[in-house]
Amino acid sequence: MITGLAATTAPGRPAGAPAPGGPPRLPRRIARSRRAVAGLVLLAALFAVAFGGPLLSRWGWDDTDFAAFRQGPSARHWLGTTQSGRDVLALTLRGTRRSLLIGLSVAVLSTGLAGLVGTVAGFAGGRLDRVLMWATDLLLVLPSFLLVAVLAPQLGGGGLVPLLAALLWMVSARAVRGTTVSLREREYVLAARFLGASPARVIVRHVLPQLASLLVVDASVNVSVAVIAESGLSYLGFGVRPPDVSLGTLVAAGQGAAATCPWPFAAAAAMLVLIVLAVNLLGDGLRDVLDPAAGQGRGDR
Amino acid sequence: MTVLAVRNLTVRYAQGVPAVCGVGFDVGAGEVLGVVGESGAGKTALALAMVGLPPPHARVTGSVRLRGEELVGRSDAELSRVRGRDLAMVFQDPLSALTPVHPVGDQIAEAVRVHSGATRAAARARAVELLDLVGIPGAARRARAHPHEFSGGMRQRVMIAMAIANDPVAIVADEPTAALDVTVQAQVLDVLKAAKEATGAAIVLITHDLGVVAGFADRIMVMYAGRAVESGPVEEVYRRPRMPYTIGLLQSLPRMDAAGTARPAPVDAAPPPAGGCAFRPRCPVAVDACAGADPEPVLVGPAGHTAACVNTEATADPDAVFPLPDPMPQPALAPRRERPVVLEVDGLVRHHPLYRGTLLRRRAGTVHAVDGIGFDVREAETLALVGESGCGKTTALMEILRLARPQRGRVAVLGQDTAALRRRRRKALRRDVQVVFQDPFASLDPRMRVADIIAEPFAAHGLRAPRGRVRELLDLVGLEPVHAGRYPHGLSGGQRQRVGIARALALEPRLLLLDEPVAALDVSVQAGVMDLLEGLRARLGIAYLFVAHDLAVVHRIADRVAVMYMGRIVEIGSVDEVYGRPAHPYTRALLDAVPLPDPRLERRRRRVPLRGDPPDPTAPPSGCRFRSRCPRYTALGAVDARRCEEHDPMPRPMSTDRESDQWAACHHPLVEAGSGT
Repeated sequence: MITGLAATTAPGRPAGAPAPGGPPRLPRRIARSRRAVAGLVLLAALFAVAFGGPLLSRWGWDDTDFAAFRQGPSARHWLGTTQSGRDVLALTLRGTRRSLLIGLSVAVLSTGLAGLVGTVAGFAGGRLDRVLMWATDLLLVLPSFLLVAVLAPQLGGGGLVPLLAALLWMVSARAVRGTTVSLREREYVLAARFLGASPARVIVRHVLPQLASLLVVDASVNVSVAVIAESGLSYLGFGVRPPDVSLGTLVAAGQGAAATCPWPFAAAAAMLVLIVLAVNLLGDGLRDVLDPAAGQGRGDR
Repeated sequence: MTVLAVRNLTVRYAQGVPAVCGVGFDVGAGEVLGVVGESGAGKTALALAMVGLPPPHARVTGSVRLRGEELVGRSDAELSRVRGRDLAMVFQDPLSALTPVHPVGDQIAEAVRVHSGATRAAARARAVELLDLVGIPGAARRARAHPHEFSGGMRQRVMIAMAIANDPVAIVADEPTAALDVTVQAQVLDVLKAAKEATGAAIVLITHDLGVVAGFADRIMVMYAGRAVESGPVEEVYRRPRMPYTIGLLQSLPRMDAAGTARPAPVDAAPPPAGGCAFRPRCPVAVDACAGADPEPVLVGPAGHTAACVNTEATADPDAVFPLPDPMPQPALAPRRERPVVLEVDGLVRHHPLYRGTLLRRRAGTVHAVDGIGFDVREAETLALVGESGCGKTTALMEILRLARPQRGRVAVLGQDTAALRRRRRKALRRDVQVVFQDPFASLDPRMRVADIIAEPFAAHGLRAPRGRVRELLDLVGLEPVHAGRYPHGLSGGQRQRVGIARALALEPRLLLLDEPVAALDVSVQAGVMDLLEGLRARLGIAYLFVAHDLAVVHRIADRVAVMYMGRIVEIGSVDEVYGRPAHPYTRALLDAVPLPDPRLERRRRRVPLRGDPPDPTAPPSGCRFRSRCPRYTALGAVDARRCEEHDPMPRPMSTDRESDQWAACHHPLVEAGSGT
């Protein structure tokens, strides 16, 4: 870098503003990213509808209207009813709620696990590194979908989230470990270690911030993967069990009559697309905000 | 005869200030023009513009004439016929400038064939001939080797061979020796000199090293902020510099030939202003007229010595412009022997095992990175570890920093043996041992503000930084309170290094380990940081262990120096003794290889350049490790030589004088015990 050029930015900044000496704080930067805002708004709307909607609707998801079987949209049932007389709108909202919760908790769990295992292995090196990576590789070679199919019925409904999380973290853990190994040799990380900072402190203060963009992208991908995996499993009958519903079971139930009565099928599929879209938008936006390489062209500097 | 004429050359990037602005010069056949300046002065942009390889978004205007033929504005295809034939270039990094997948002989042969249409066999023969000319032993065999099989110095020789393949009219060399050790630098400069004589080419040598220019160039052009601020014959400019920037640059150099107390003058970094003389904010003799138009070069001496300065009346006496500062007041210290030992190292060993194979890993050899070194550092003194790259100096530093049991030997910090430390004690000891790294751009977390970086040592030890301590530390290292809120990328290199030093000083350590702390900085900034380090040592009584490869820097800052070669200390003693009368032939060779920034002295020096590169660290020669390159060994009789071959020399005192502590590991030292005074 050029001494003279680097210094030119300094005196140009208005004096008397001590704190905003550097780039703006994270929330403001996120607010500037159109994608992140769009994703965030969409996700918030989905949550509001999934959790607030049932309170306003006069039909519960397990209510049966014996006066209306397999009807199209009407003032009474906005999205019509199913073969068994259940309200499609209420069912879809219920399914969205399940899928959102599963997707987000799987993403948080698996990315958290990937971050933990990856940074510890990469930072510690030596024997611990080898043991952890050996275990990771072992899990990687297991046929995961089959494993879920076999284990999910045994574990019951509550087992689905941990099971999906346990099968999604390995690839990202390897990536995190690789980045950590290279970060560990950076001079400022060495400096912190020789300063007397504990390994945990070094990981939290110096390594994790550099990994943030990697982890955010990983988490957003994992949300989509988990939602789709859950839907797939439920569609095949391994996931959420009746009478409870998820978007996957709704798609499965609706597809048989999709030609004649598309409402249940289309509503659930549309929700699925919206969830994945929202999460991907948010993840892309956050990556742009967090990635130092993308941050070079930040407007105000 | 002028073969390369540059007029009013300007390189402008898409927006903003021009990188090069109205530069002009002439170079005659067989003449060498040295272009010097700090990073960002536009040296490399100038070089690339001359050979017609500017970055795609740059606009080049002006004129570059090679034997009267205009080059600016020609298409790339037309230029390609000139480049590599009449106009050759030597790049800074020979590893990235050579294609890794082809043997070097083929690459040189290609350069020949592209321009001359020689047959394949003839081109290959010419390649071998060229490799021989640049001093590559076994040229016919080595022509078949790939670039990664050569050392840095050898690769640069290959680059030079390629540059002179078609008898060029002019060679542009951009920092050809910046990545090399001094001993290898001396060899490469000799090769470049031989190449010049063989081809009679004009050479434009771009460098930041004023010593290299002093010894090699005929004329010098000093650049600042894209402009040529002073130019003239080398001797004239070095003796009577008239542009204040040149004066500052020359005054700020640490020099080995000066007496021990002389200090270089620091030139403060400041951003170039818009309009007027760019050096104005840093200039001590600036007048109102400086803010007006760009100063035109005016004739200030014989043989076309020009300086772009409006106030040349004030610059007749360099010492009046940038006076050499008074010698740093040295606090009265107890004699070295009576001061407490801060760091004691004895027989320290660090070997790196090398493994082969993936499934069945077997040990293929050992790199003797550090192979039994011993020294001590006492309170308020500076010991410098010097040597070529790969001699183990940084490894030794890192081994000490680990504060753990070494592979072999003993490290004691403040009297505590590191092998016996428990975790808690080790952490407590870290408060007394701090480190400053080489690269000020890599050693600060880019995501933390300066205040947080400086306060981090407190947080790491579970302490709260006392109120005002951060401000106090900023003040101590010469930074302003406003810097506390900045991020590292908003600071210049010198400022960042000051932040690194402030962080190291936060917990008031007793021992500071410095890994090449000024190597990445420009000379004028170097001087300021060295001043700071020296002042801090005098005020705070800290001991420094200073790793460096620049012997001039070491001469200035260190009290004692230990010279390392292949993992061993070959000579250790006070700076005055070791520099004044080196006992080990390697020390002598290192000192000889450092170019002096004084053309008259530099050209008068007679030296025997060290041959070859350091041997393979996995298989050091038997007996004395320096034997394979030792100029003294080759001159010995059979009986004396056998001692070097069979016995590993142990360090022994070089003087019977009680005050002296100069030790060297050599069977046939250059000064014998008893012969000294």
